Amino acid sequence: MNDAQMIQTDRTGLLTQEEIRQIDAELAHIPYKSGAAIDALKIVQAHRGWVSDESLQAIASYLEMSAEELEGVATFYNLIYRRPVGEKVILFCDSVSCWICGCDKIKAKVSEKLGIDYGQTTADNHYTLLPVPCLGACDRAPVMMIGDDLVTHLDEEKIDQLFSDNQSGGDQ
Amino acid sequence: MPTIYVDGQQLSVKEGENILEACLNAGIDLPYFCWHPAMGSIGSCRQCAVVQYQNEEDTNGRIVMGCMTPVTEGARFSLSADKGTEFREAVIESLMLNHPHDCPVCAEGGECHLQDMTVMVGHRDRRYKGLKNTYRNQYLGPLISHEMNRCITCYRCERYYSDYAGGTDLSAQASHDHVYFGRHEAGVLESEFSGNLVEVCPTGVFTDKPLLKHYSRKWDLQSAPSICTGCAVGCNIAPGERYGKLKRVHNRFNHEVNGYFLCDRGRFGSGYVNSPLRLDYAGLRKLDGSFQAIHQQAAVDTAAEWIKGKKVAAIGSPRASLEANYLLREWVGKENFAAGFSDREGQVVHQIAAILKTTNALCPSIKQMEAADAILILGEDVTHTAPRVALGLRQAVRNKAHQLAEQAGLPKWQDAAVRNLAQDQRSPMIIVSPLDTRLDDIASELVSLGADDIALFGSAVAQAIAGQPSDNSMANRVAELLKEAERPLIVSGSSLLNNAVVESAAAIASALKDSDRQAMLSYCVPEANSLGVALLTEESESIAGLIARASEIDVLVILENDLQRRISPSQIDQLRSAGAKLIGLDVLENELLSICDLVLPAASYAEAEGTLVSSEGRAQRYYPVFTPAAERMPSWKWLLDLPTACGHSEISKLTHFDQIVEACAASCELFRPLTKVAPDQGFRSHGLKIARKTHRYSGRTAINANLSVHEPQQPIDHESPLTFSMEGINRDQPASLTPFYWSPGWNSNQSLQKFQAEVDGPLRGGSAGQRLLEPQTETFKSTASTTNHFKMQPSQWQLVPIYRVHGSEELSAVTEEISELAGEAFIALGAVVAEKLGVGEGDGVIVSHFGDDQSLEVKILTRVAKNCIGYSAGYAQTLDFRVGSFATLAKDPQWQRRTPQLIATDGGNKRPPNDWQESLHV
Repeated sequence: MNDAQMIQTDRTGLLTQEEIRQIDAELAHIPYKSGAAIDALKIVQAHRGWVSDESLQAIASYLEMSAEELEGVATFYNLIYRRPVGEKVILFCDSVSCWICGCDKIKAKVSEKLGIDYGQTTADNHYTLLPVPCLGACDRAPVMMIGDDLVTHLDEEKIDQLFSDNQSGGDQ
Repeated sequence: MPTIYVDGQQLSVKEGENILEACLNAGIDLPYFCWHPAMGSIGSCRQCAVVQYQNEEDTNGRIVMGCMTPVTEGARFSLSADKGTEFREAVIESLMLNHPHDCPVCAEGGECHLQDMTVMVGHRDRRYKGLKNTYRNQYLGPLISHEMNRCITCYRCERYYSDYAGGTDLSAQASHDHVYFGRHEAGVLESEFSGNLVEVCPTGVFTDKPLLKHYSRKWDLQSAPSICTGCAVGCNIAPGERYGKLKRVHNRFNHEVNGYFLCDRGRFGSGYVNSPLRLDYAGLRKLDGSFQAIHQQAAVDTAAEWIKGKKVAAIGSPRASLEANYLLREWVGKENFAAGFSDREGQVVHQIAAILKTTNALCPSIKQMEAADAILILGEDVTHTAPRVALGLRQAVRNKAHQLAEQAGLPKWQDAAVRNLAQDQRSPMIIVSPLDTRLDDIASELVSLGADDIALFGSAVAQAIAGQPSDNSMANRVAELLKEAERPLIVSGSSLLNNAVVESAAAIASALKDSDRQAMLSYCVPEANSLGVALLTEESESIAGLIARASEIDVLVILENDLQRRISPSQIDQLRSAGAKLIGLDVLENELLSICDLVLPAASYAEAEGTLVSSEGRAQRYYPVFTPAAERMPSWKWLLDLPTACGHSEISKLTHFDQIVEACAASCELFRPLTKVAPDQGFRSHGLKIARKTHRYSGRTAINANLSVHEPQQPIDHESPLTFSMEGINRDQPASLTPFYWSPGWNSNQSLQKFQAEVDGPLRGGSAGQRLLEPQTETFKSTASTTNHFKMQPSQWQLVPIYRVHGSEELSAVTEEISELAGEAFIALGAVVAEKLGVGEGDGVIVSHFGDDQSLEVKILTRVAKNCIGYSAGYAQTLDFRVGSFATLAKDPQWQRRTPQLIATDGGNKRPPNDWQESLHV
């Protein structure tokens, strides 16, 4: 983002023209502006990786909501990130099918490999590890997502391969 | 009436109510949290679970939520079935997993609904051994303390604050076991009604912050039935005292007036009662201008010496009781009496009184206003001039939602469903005002006009209703909206000090009444007893009239009235230079008293009895919560003693408060009901007086042991049926005498339902107070004419007062927390004017007004009528600004912008940071 792309909204926050264009596209479908709250949060997160206080205030202002109202929506959903995350978010399934298939051990392996626990980000900012209750791929359990990619049939070996060239965990 | 069976007991219940309400109405204790009589049901806490059986043969039954289950003919329920009792206990146990064991240090302890419910379900042993969730609390301003660890997630706070009171800065955040109720970031809660969170929260998340500074348990408070003196609405309050200090103010239910809620001025604005500015002793001014403290009797003797055989005149007070004003007026005679209004205020308030005495429209209670299906507001920012009324109006616009719900077959108490159904559909509310108002967010039409144009607009609406549409299409449209309604409400008032506006409102109401609508007409008036004093006096009894005769006056008695707020400094000089001795009688020190020759310390509302007439025309009695300290005396007592010492034949026959009430009631037809406002001193409940103290009061403490180790004798109340003691009964008495709510097993304010005839219904002893004004026959025609236009000079601006809940009212503004919220005086400009002057929010502007320059901070308005600017009304710096007069503006080049303040905190946020907003954490 450079300054030329920024549009100052009513409050202190800033939305880019592209973000506004995408939010406007959502607004075209709905009778109440606040109805686009979730989509607007997703749009901004897609561009910026996460939703900062300033971003949240800017979206709220654009949708004519109070920051509190939008905060209620933003914090309700686990996948709207209100803190910075790494370049890729690992959503590690710890739900029942994966648990039966031994996901605890694999999670320990991931943590060991990357040097992070749930809610943490690697020092090189590559990965953030989060638990997720189900990814809808129980037939291929244990599973996790790395960024947008689903990784199935996890075992410790696979974890080794996946993160073989990862340096971040090495020093911990 | 359907019949239902609860544990075999046959109950006749009200059509359309739910099982929880039916149980409570039958006196059956069914625990609950999230349900609130004023806010309905959402079924979120699962506490009121009962077992429902399909028929007589069904022995299994199934669990249903009492608050979400409507009564149906023949339905069978059980509260005692194991399934239900175990479920209810399990709900409490699960709430207790994270609830801290901090009752001894929690401000809610002893009046905690959670404590009561825990005992009620029989949950005793904590089995959970794990860690509890902890949360970071927020600074929410000087009024409300926040302790999220105690939260049980009932959602009442958010539902009250957002849904009921229209606040936008408190929300439910996050999900499952880390739900958080708070703001986006720490900061002062914006709603003028935030204090009700203290009573709405069933546990100690939101507590009364000023109370925490000098805390007492509910059971250690001495309370009395009282009336709020913060404005003219007349909300019923229950102030509590301990060790001679007013500790807190709680709501006292009045079905027709304030219901369950107060505004923040009412709840937190009484701090002045404990102020160091209070007068303790009478003072006689010496030659050097300093005051010598003298005893009561010496003060009375001195005054009598000055007055005997001389000409005495007096100025009354719209913030003093009817009794005090009545006595003063009787004493000096009405030809020597001024009602105590400023002159223009007097004209407007007397006109309002005159209209209300004769109009055919109903002057409604807040309960009646809540039933309005169309509202027109003329020239008032109701949230700031009659706050509790504004909260009622917020409910009134929901009548559209209730109508839709009825069509859809939804009961009104199905709160979430009804709100979902209606979305933002509301009953029409049209606001015609010079500047933006705090109700703009729910208005269907906003019209920005100056005061005179509002009157013209109002007249046009009245004429259009009567069948003569004008060429003002908006006025015609408003007329249509009002005519479509069954119960239209017109709200206006005195804040613009414009008689034509007041008249036009009456004309609209009359026109609607003539078109067979149940028209309602409500006026906001400035002070607690403005209407009472206006009904007692005549318009000619003005301060200006008195000043004109100043040279004839030897002694002038001024009752609870800081004349600086009413008349110009030159008028005060005129009064002084005439050479009369001034006797000032007041609660707090003020500039006027410093020029008086004799100052008499008056008791505050919390230490005296009296009657106030609200803007509804409801006469209500307040009683002393505690006895006045030092040598303070209620004004009515001073005003018995002074005339008696001067040998006044009639007044010297009176000795007791009840006798004054009787005399006042006998003085005019309108005041006849005054004797019925509350029972007289002789009333006994079950043969006993009514106790101001709870039966658990901790009588003996060592707090005064440094003065004396002897137990002081309890003061005796000779004037009322209440006693300064724990010996007495607080049950079954008339509503006007209930000092606090408590019932066995119900220590919290939820015990109120045990005093109500039915859930959300009037109290068993009826509603407190007596209405003095009922609809008459007269039809009002507006006389506002089109020739009334001012010719504006270029670059001149008309001053419009902006009233603030915090800061505009004289006495409450002395309260520390209120003065913090009031901030500095300001001038409010539209964006266009601001741009022309080259200023923005926070800059300074010099306002020139009658040759006087005043530099004030700028606020920017969102909506403003042509040529209007607003100023903070009632603030010391702007007292000389005259409503409706003209001022010129210039940018103040010397102005220093205030440095943006960091968010204040209490410095108590020492808990380790944690993860309340941690959406990453599952």
